[in-house]
Amino acid sequence: MTVMERVVATDQPLLKVEGLTKRYGARIGCADVSFDLFPGEVLGIVGESGSGKSTLLSCLAGQQRPDLGRVAYEGRDVLAMGETERRRLSRTDWAYVHQNPRDGLRMGVSAGGNVGERLMAVGARHYGQIRGKAADWLGRVEIAVDRIDDRPSAFSGGMQQRLQIARNLVTQPRLVFMDEPTGGLDVSVQARLLDLLRGLVRDLGLSVIIVTHDLAVVRLLAHRLMVMKSGYVVEQGLTDQVLDDPQHAYTQLLVSSVLQV
Amino acid sequence: MTPMIKITDLSKSFTLHNQGSAVIPVMAGADLTVAAGECVGLTGQSGAGKSTLMRMVYGNYLTAGGSLIVGDLDVARALPREIIALRRHTLGYVSQFLRVVPRVPTLDVVADPLLSLGTPIAEARDRAAGLLKRLNIPERLWPLSPTTFSGGEQQRVNIARGFAHAYPVLLLDEPTASLDAVNREVVLGLIEEAKGRGAAILGIFHDEAARAQVCDRLVDVTGFTPPNPKTGVAA
Repeated sequence: MTVMERVVATDQPLLKVEGLTKRYGARIGCADVSFDLFPGEVLGIVGESGSGKSTLLSCLAGQQRPDLGRVAYEGRDVLAMGETERRRLSRTDWAYVHQNPRDGLRMGVSAGGNVGERLMAVGARHYGQIRGKAADWLGRVEIAVDRIDDRPSAFSGGMQQRLQIARNLVTQPRLVFMDEPTGGLDVSVQARLLDLLRGLVRDLGLSVIIVTHDLAVVRLLAHRLMVMKSGYVVEQGLTDQVLDDPQHAYTQLLVSSVLQV
Repeated sequence: MTPMIKITDLSKSFTLHNQGSAVIPVMAGADLTVAAGECVGLTGQSGAGKSTLMRMVYGNYLTAGGSLIVGDLDVARALPREIIALRRHTLGYVSQFLRVVPRVPTLDVVADPLLSLGTPIAEARDRAAGLLKRLNIPERLWPLSPTTFSGGEQQRVNIARGFAHAYPVLLLDEPTASLDAVNREVVLGLIEEAKGRGAAILGIFHDEAARAQVCDRLVDVTGFTPPNPKTGVAA
């Protein structure tokens, strides 16, 4: 068996999505979305506001219930799971990074507490170990350990976002959902966050689904790209291929509309 | 000799949906083979399709028809994840432009292809440092991002990155274009060494002396240009 055949044959998709559809009354949120996500893969979803990318993400992450379709995580039907089982999955195997760190952090709790809380939610009880692990993760996201007892409200936007990432990754999830994680940050802070995310994906073998409208971000971060318009996926493929040789009229418009720097 | 790139009857066209859905055929009937240890240079005027062909081999442009085997994968029909694996292990590409995450140190930019193969960080950085030294990038620049470097320095960083892993297949787009004589010799030496270890190389070299030195064969892509639909003559 060749290297290529091994790559294709041995691993199974971590997430398998088939025909996912969500309507809001007569309006389409997302329609007939299908894709596989494999371990270690970063999938970017792009499209303008209202294209359905955030609806899709929240359906995948179990925050909204789709009207039709199937989502299988490691072969397990996520939509057929009970609430308890799905919550457990979202605490252990999954993580969700919000665009606004305030939605993903507890602003009244210290930085260390924010990270430690996730550990306690999966059963950690030893205070010293929890604090040690929290300190380790603050270091990994480049937050000085002497800020461990400060509240996130005393942090800059970029630090808050890095803290949110530490809080999400401390429990070593395998699948991370990200909704515009670099939106609203200064360009220089964005660059640092991108580098951090790339390193974490590589070193921890994370699978990531990242929703963004920033084509430069997906070019640097995503292996594969899905383009959405009016709730439908109009094109998907290898990220640089979709950006450099777009096939669909909408993708061509999207790519040609970006200002060159 | 083992063919590492085998292109058969390859064709390509662009459809410009936002410009009256104009269909522009850019390639037809392309045939090309590159064996292990061989360097093939693409020639033809600017716009004849040299870069287009390279991009198709890399999976960056889709193909319209034909087959394009790299190693044991038909890139024309491969899944995105198969191409990702091919690029990681087998197929390297030194483009003319350096595209990196801003603020990442040059040393890590060069070590990156090795890190994504699972090479331990110290070993990857050692290899990166060796290449940067050989390409005369001063050590004081290694901790800095290459985004602020001169064109020639960026190109050398790009070359170091492209040669960090011993890819069995290498695509080189004008690797000596903006280099001085000393660094040009270093790059030609790297190419000779890659050939020596059995790498199959497909390249574009406008530098005729460099082309004569490293290329075993030349292929003129003008022969792959589709006939002009209006005149029936090769465009």
